[in-house]
Amino acid sequence: MCDQTFLAATFGPCDSCGKASPLMNIYVKNEPINYCSFCVEMMACQGLQSGETLTSLKKESENLKKKLEEERGKLTDVELHQVAEKVEAVAALSIKTRRVLKGHGNKVLCVDWCKDKRRVVSSSQDGKIIVWDAFTLNKEHGVTLPCTWVMACAYAPSGCAVACGGLDNKCSVVPLSLDRNENLAAKKKSVAMHTNYVSGCTFTSSDMQLLTSSGDGTCALWDVESGQLLQSFHGHTADVLSLDLAPSETGNTFVSGGCDMKANVWDMRSGQNIQSFDSHVSDINCVKYYPSGDAFASASDDATCRFYDLRADREVAVYQKDSIVFGASSVDFSLSGRLLFAGYNDYTINVWDVLKGNRISILFGHENRVSRVRVSPDGTALCSASWDNTLRIWA
Amino acid sequence: MSTTNNIAQARKLVEQLRIEAGIERIKVSKAAADLMSYCEQHARSDALLVGVPTSENPFKDKKPCIIL
Repeated sequence: MCDQTFLAATFGPCDSCGKASPLMNIYVKNEPINYCSFCVEMMACQGLQSGETLTSLKKESENLKKKLEEERGKLTDVELHQVAEKVEAVAALSIKTRRVLKGHGNKVLCVDWCKDKRRVVSSSQDGKIIVWDAFTLNKEHGVTLPCTWVMACAYAPSGCAVACGGLDNKCSVVPLSLDRNENLAAKKKSVAMHTNYVSGCTFTSSDMQLLTSSGDGTCALWDVESGQLLQSFHGHTADVLSLDLAPSETGNTFVSGGCDMKANVWDMRSGQNIQSFDSHVSDINCVKYYPSGDAFASASDDATCRFYDLRADREVAVYQKDSIVFGASSVDFSLSGRLLFAGYNDYTINVWDVLKGNRISILFGHENRVSRVRVSPDGTALCSASWDNTLRIWA
Repeated sequence: MSTTNNIAQARKLVEQLRIEAGIERIKVSKAAADLMSYCEQHARSDALLVGVPTSENPFKDKKPCIIL
């Protein structure tokens, strides 16, 4: 499934010398160019300062990495859990399963809440997306897509549309109609086109722009109306598995995590990678911003969840236990940011105290891997999606 | 061919690291204090943290009334 095709070979006239030959499709400053291999060699040798060789560049990057560690280390005067010792411990939580949403025919892969705090959209391996009313368990809409493994789904801010994507390498937007009899699949509009599976998608502040992450190692920002690519984000060296948009007050950035074990923070306007964190030792399955926008958490196959502060530019907490050996697939914060809900491949959801670093409780109930956990927009409930074909609402 | 890829990649890496090394950072103690104050400010409205009475939470089923 993780098939990377960074340099896809095609045949045709070279953009530089005009000769027909096998072409390397590469990106220079986010612009795709098709050069034959000879012209790529020539281009790479241009602009090499005298004496600049592979070894000198490697040495410089090692030095820079060391400098980066030193700079980060200088500001580590105390650990987060030490500062948090003076905070009261969290009282026992009374969170239980309040609803079980049954209806999918196969593994539920993704879930997202609507801003109205009661509707959720879920997508499944069976190729369907379902919009549920979480209060009444009513299924309001169902759309069958031509592909299986719909790995990503998102609700539009207006509540009038949903986006979904997966193994079809596309992300499509489906407008939700109030007319029950209308065939929603017919109105589906393809917006994003990637060269590998779509792993995550989210609308930006309006219904007009869509941000996607893909197994082809890139993230991209699309205009929904025209389907045009507005900005692409290159920097990951393997599949990107997850992305999250910064909460609106803090501006135009988003964080992504992937199979290269890195979490990158990007500027949406310039496409620039502004910060990078690589303390995980296995694939990062999920990234999520802290409600204030100054930090984010990540969940990984290495059975840990980690918490990174953006202004201090470092990891400030690791949520792990020797007894937890299964990978974490998804994380989300409670409204105040004090609780971190993490779904694991051992069928449980662990609730961590973000500040103190200890586990507060375990939520049991699912009968297979938990694929996604999402807290409702007003913080009253948690929705979890699982490979046991159901979703659960916890409150 | 692999050498040119490596040079281009190495150059990109060096440029990226230069950008990252140059950003402004604050001390962990200040960052931690800000995170804690955010949590405290919003703790009261966090339903999953403090719990809300059954009557107010739309997901918690109200106990059926017994009419005597």
